Amino acid sequence: MSLDLGVFCKNTLDGEAVDHCFSAIFGLAHNSDPSYLDWLLKAWGWTLAVAAIGLIIAFTVGAVMGTLRTLPTTSLMNRWLIRLATTWVELFRNIPILVQVFLWYHVIPSFVLPLKSLPSYWLVSIALGFFTSARIAEQVRAGIQSLPSGQTAAATALGLTTAQSYRYVILPMALRIMIPPLTSESMNLIKNSSVAFAVSVPELTLFAMQAQEETSKGIEIYLAVTLLYALSAFAVNRLMNQIEKRTRVPGFIVSNDANLAH
Amino acid sequence: MLSLDLGFYNWELFTNYIVKGLLFSLQLTLIATIGGIIVGTFLALMRLSGKPFLVYPATIYVNTMRSIPLVMVILWFFLLIPLLIGKPIGADLSAAITFIAFEAAFFSEIVRAGIASIPKGQSYAGEALGMTYGQNMRLIVLPQAFRNMIPVLMTQTIILFQDTSLVYAIGAYDLLKGFEIAGKNYGRPIETYILAAVTYFLICFTLSKVVRKIQSRIAIIR
Repeated sequence: MSLDLGVFCKNTLDGEAVDHCFSAIFGLAHNSDPSYLDWLLKAWGWTLAVAAIGLIIAFTVGAVMGTLRTLPTTSLMNRWLIRLATTWVELFRNIPILVQVFLWYHVIPSFVLPLKSLPSYWLVSIALGFFTSARIAEQVRAGIQSLPSGQTAAATALGLTTAQSYRYVILPMALRIMIPPLTSESMNLIKNSSVAFAVSVPELTLFAMQAQEETSKGIEIYLAVTLLYALSAFAVNRLMNQIEKRTRVPGFIVSNDANLAH
Repeated sequence: MLSLDLGFYNWELFTNYIVKGLLFSLQLTLIATIGGIIVGTFLALMRLSGKPFLVYPATIYVNTMRSIPLVMVILWFFLLIPLLIGKPIGADLSAAITFIAFEAAFFSEIVRAGIASIPKGQSYAGEALGMTYGQNMRLIVLPQAFRNMIPVLMTQTIILFQDTSLVYAIGAYDLLKGFEIAGKNYGRPIETYILAAVTYFLICFTLSKVVRKIQSRIAIIR
């Protein structure tokens, strides 16, 4: 079995080969008839855009909700905030992402009318962002709770308020501990963005399905799409590793390479 | 503001549309859990064997599966299986094979961590008693490891149940599809999507509560 990569240089309208297959990548010429390569790269752009917006939402909401869940239960207000955050996590964790995407696309805009004017990739990004925020909140909570309780006690002893001790003592340390689990959540979000195909966002998975049908070169198309997904996830992995190295506090966090073999 | 009307949702609709999908989703979850744990255990043992010709294939397999979106894996298998066996295959069977193969990678990581959590003294003791590697694993290490793993395996099964909704990509009739078709036929798509979300939520939320109970029980005994 041999691969026929020429399919990517074919015109998407009539299946004829285009002259400047790679020109689109380097911006050398505007192909009047887009090739499958053009379409593939555009689809990759959509995947990255949806994932990037989703990541911003997920990190922001997840950090807030995760922090709220660790508040001291000293005041009535705190207890309500904890309850709110717990409900948030349970709600968004226990509904499949595809169902959540359908809710944001088909259901919620009928109740919240301003959402009707939002393009569908925004709705998918919100769905992905909230879905992932529940998972990130759990990681944030675990990160905060893994800190020695002496840290909080020390902050209290210094006379810091709850807000100050989170701002200056707990969160700077906890966020560093959380980087590895947050890395895998970010990679998951990129992979999960593939559900956007179900509401016709022209991203990689939808490209894979449609181009496979049009060209019947499924293996070549799927290989390209799979590689781009893997590449995107790998790039995020490297980026987070760099952040982890840059922000490391010497002597505090030791990476544990436990020897697993029996 | 639009008003919801759930009056259309009756027993007839439930038995005609939902039950079929629910049964498929549950079956798929069960098959993929059992198959995935069996294949996953072998993958984990391969990775822990220390023999390069076993370690590398298993590692590559697990890492590949873990770096591809599940939707793409579903599409890949749906494309490749008919090419390999030379005849078309239904979406249901394709989904079952895909989920076993995909979940095996995730279960293998859980099993690997579970085996690693057993103190090495246990397998040394087994060796000292003259047990072979196979006996040691089967009689000493795996029984303890699986017991430790039960909560994590169940959590993975809940995730797996949620993931079965992705067979949407190849048009299999699962729980979500059942709701969607019912919504189309009754002209009430909004209500049925809400009902689908509620149904998935109730199932997954209840199961996660059960897992937490079991987790605390196991924690007390140990």
